[in-house]
Amino acid sequence: MSSNEDKPRPDGAEKPDEKREKSAQEKKLRDLSRRSFIKGAGIASVAASAGALLADRVLEAAPRPQSGGMAGGVVGPGEVPVTLKINGQIRKLNLEPRVMLLDALRNHLDLTGAKKVCDRATCGACTVHLDGRAVYSCTTLAIDAQGHDITTIEGLEPKEGLHPMSQAFWNNDAQQCGFCTPGFVMACTAYVEHEPNPTHEGLQKSLGGNLCRCGTYMGVREAVLEAAKTMKTKGGRA
Amino acid sequence: MADYHWPPANRRALIGKREKRIDGPVKSSGRAKYSYDINRPGMLWGKMATSPYAHAKVTRIDTSAAEAMPGVKGVVTIVPVGQEVLWAGQEIVAVAADSEERAEAAADAIKIDYEPLPFLVADADPEHAGAEHSKQLEARVTGNPDQGFQQAEVISEGNYGVPVITHCCLETHGQVTEWNGDDLTVWCSTQNVSGMAGEYVDGLKQQGITVAANNVHVISHYMGGGFGSKFAADTWGIACAQLSKKTGRPVKMMLERDHELMVAGARPSMHAHVKVGAKRDGTLVAWDSESWGTGGPSDAGAPRLPYIFEVPNVRARHTAILTNIGPARAWRAPNHPQMALISNGAMEDLAAKLNMDPVDFMLKNMNLVAAPDRAKTYQEEFAKASELMGWKSKWHPRGKSGAGPLKRGLGVSLHTWGGRGNLSNSLVTIHPDGSVETSLGSQDLGTGTRTVIAIVTAETFGLPIEAVKVNIGENKYPPAGASGGSTTVSGVSTSTRRAATEALNTLLAKVAPSLGAPPDQLEAWGGKIQVKGNAAKSISWKQACAKMGASSISGTGKTSNDLMSSGVGGVQMSEVEVDTETGIVKITKHVSVQDCGLVIDLRTAESQIYGAAIMGITYALFEEKIMDQATGRCLNPNMEFYKLASIADIGEIIPHMMTGPGYDDRGTIGLGEPPVISPGAAISNAVANAIGVRVPELPLTPDRVLAALGTLEKGGVA
Repeated sequence: MSSNEDKPRPDGAEKPDEKREKSAQEKKLRDLSRRSFIKGAGIASVAASAGALLADRVLEAAPRPQSGGMAGGVVGPGEVPVTLKINGQIRKLNLEPRVMLLDALRNHLDLTGAKKVCDRATCGACTVHLDGRAVYSCTTLAIDAQGHDITTIEGLEPKEGLHPMSQAFWNNDAQQCGFCTPGFVMACTAYVEHEPNPTHEGLQKSLGGNLCRCGTYMGVREAVLEAAKTMKTKGGRA
Repeated sequence: MADYHWPPANRRALIGKREKRIDGPVKSSGRAKYSYDINRPGMLWGKMATSPYAHAKVTRIDTSAAEAMPGVKGVVTIVPVGQEVLWAGQEIVAVAADSEERAEAAADAIKIDYEPLPFLVADADPEHAGAEHSKQLEARVTGNPDQGFQQAEVISEGNYGVPVITHCCLETHGQVTEWNGDDLTVWCSTQNVSGMAGEYVDGLKQQGITVAANNVHVISHYMGGGFGSKFAADTWGIACAQLSKKTGRPVKMMLERDHELMVAGARPSMHAHVKVGAKRDGTLVAWDSESWGTGGPSDAGAPRLPYIFEVPNVRARHTAILTNIGPARAWRAPNHPQMALISNGAMEDLAAKLNMDPVDFMLKNMNLVAAPDRAKTYQEEFAKASELMGWKSKWHPRGKSGAGPLKRGLGVSLHTWGGRGNLSNSLVTIHPDGSVETSLGSQDLGTGTRTVIAIVTAETFGLPIEAVKVNIGENKYPPAGASGGSTTVSGVSTSTRRAATEALNTLLAKVAPSLGAPPDQLEAWGGKIQVKGNAAKSISWKQACAKMGASSISGTGKTSNDLMSSGVGGVQMSEVEVDTETGIVKITKHVSVQDCGLVIDLRTAESQIYGAAIMGITYALFEEKIMDQATGRCLNPNMEFYKLASIADIGEIIPHMMTGPGYDDRGTIGLGEPPVISPGAAISNAVANAIGVRVPELPLTPDRVLAALGTLEKGGVA
């Protein structure tokens, strides 16, 4: 750095230090996504309503245990015990409260069927069932999934053979690279369980929350219609 | 001895039929393990700190705070102090920690100072970009363009353009690396399994780490999309291996979605001002184009304009604009979709001015197609596409779409691609229990590579497809070419056909005495080895294999020129409905007619056509990498604002593969690229036909459609 670093620059440009500060601020702003906000240190336990999150922000100045404990309804930032019911099994984990359900499944339980793709509730590759409803596990906190029945594609599939929806995806070549496929199968299964008589028009409206890059939608349409028939006769869940 | 040439149509049990992909169940059940899914004992997570500046010098790096954070195990500097970064999102430091969340937090805590430098992220023409950012790549003249335009009776002029788009692979780039002594294992999402070891040897050497190629073990059993962007080890691969080395632990480092969209693949833009002239009867006589485009800091090669038609008098100039938008990578059919949009858009505009049906106009100029055989292919494909679209009954002259706000229109485009096979080596083994394995260091990008290998092996042995085990996705198998440019199907099919035939011949020689016929009078068909023309004299495949003794038989084969060919056509027609009040374009029907020589698996071939049409609809209507001119950063590095078509956006898609005499006898030709070339042009042309005016730039967003309609109301040129 030259010695005139501190003098106003003739071109009116900011001094490097100001720039540095500004860039740090900019970076902070840039990084403050909805998700990093949710993932911020310390999470109000159980309810993740906006109110609870705001309360948590206020509480942030208060001292809190580094791990394991709860103070004033707040947990973290250290690991806390988390109990999840996944595919009918009780799984006990120690997780930082910021851990998303998707990451708990993939990184802590090696259940890798659900994929991380957009990581912000756009593409549906992370779809799992929470009490039979399709949810994006990338934006569901693991601690918030406690007390719910979680089904992943590993739990959907029978021990032998394929779930009728997976079979229909295979029959109709509704997959290429296959990275969106497990999420699609989960979304389509939840949809057909909700709507046993799907139509072309209906499924297009209802399955817009899952995205594919290879372009397998033509097969997906046919797979949903085919699986709806087989699920009626064979029953849905394994 | 059995002949290795492709069997004739009446002796094909599997080839050309609709076989289901053999890895379908493992994928649709979520059991397939992609690189992103690999979890190793003691594995760390890697994350990277990246540049917020489009062009800057790194002046200070402070990793102390990050290194003091809980769970952080190692840091590797990628861009040292004093070096420049050339795009926002460029990787500066990588850090490994014992959880994904901790690694992410540590990457955020790395302090990096920069001296910002001037940058250009505008998709500007050479005049606005300035000389320092412009590099003229071509100034081609054929014939006498000035004289050509004097001869022309009708001249059309227009602007056409395609922005930068990204690959947006659903599995982001990345890998898991693990050292075991001198051995490095890499699970990476790649299109280049056999070539990847060399990438690591070279990349690590530059970082002072020596590793022998035969100690690098590459594994990519399943990969979540590449589209041309996944051939290299990349910065993150080398940094990941360094982190593993440093920490003595396996490290997984996959790109974040925003990072993926900022740096891990972009298709260069291309824009052009075109003037094209013809005789009143439609005969093309002259072409003049001034084109430019950006693929980031380096140029992406010059287009060949005009596309398809060798117009007798041509002046074509192209300038690459060097910018800080991030690096370009090959994107499915490099440069062809851009050339098709510009050239076939200009041709359609000229046809409209001539008051000709564009199909008639293109057919009129078939003598200008460079390869005479190709012209015949196009003629057949135009006929088939017209029939499937109902072109003759539906087409109307430009803008004659009736009253009311919803306007329907039709558009057409044609394209070409090479698609000769890459150099691959196949190993086919028959075991004494009758089981069969085919092994090669290729990869299945989702195109159906595993399935075609199984089909070719099974067909050669007269077995069902389930009888074959296919081993790909590891570099321990015989080397196979990278999967790019539609080279894989021929590479793996021809090498496997030869290897399987060689193995079969060894088996036939062992079996011949028991059937009392010379080996060259035997054939494998219907699960049996039988005497040709006398199916009664046969033994089952299992019995035949039992005669091998204790050891297995194997055959090897290389890619074979006499089983494959190169050079395809392809015609597409699109029907759209445009709401002239909102500017929203809907695809109602898209017809894609394609040849690729001998089709191995019709089902996965049709899936390539479907997928390419959907990818094409996506870039025609939605995709654009938008750069912020003030900060130099990408404004839409996420999947909300970098839009992909959903299941509701695609309309009806009709694929048709040209097969039979004249096609099958060419042998195999690649298919991945060609069908993605024409959708942009066909859809843009359909919109022009519907609304009566060209929307010059893709994507055909409502604002652009309304702006074009605005020029029409002001008396703009239709």
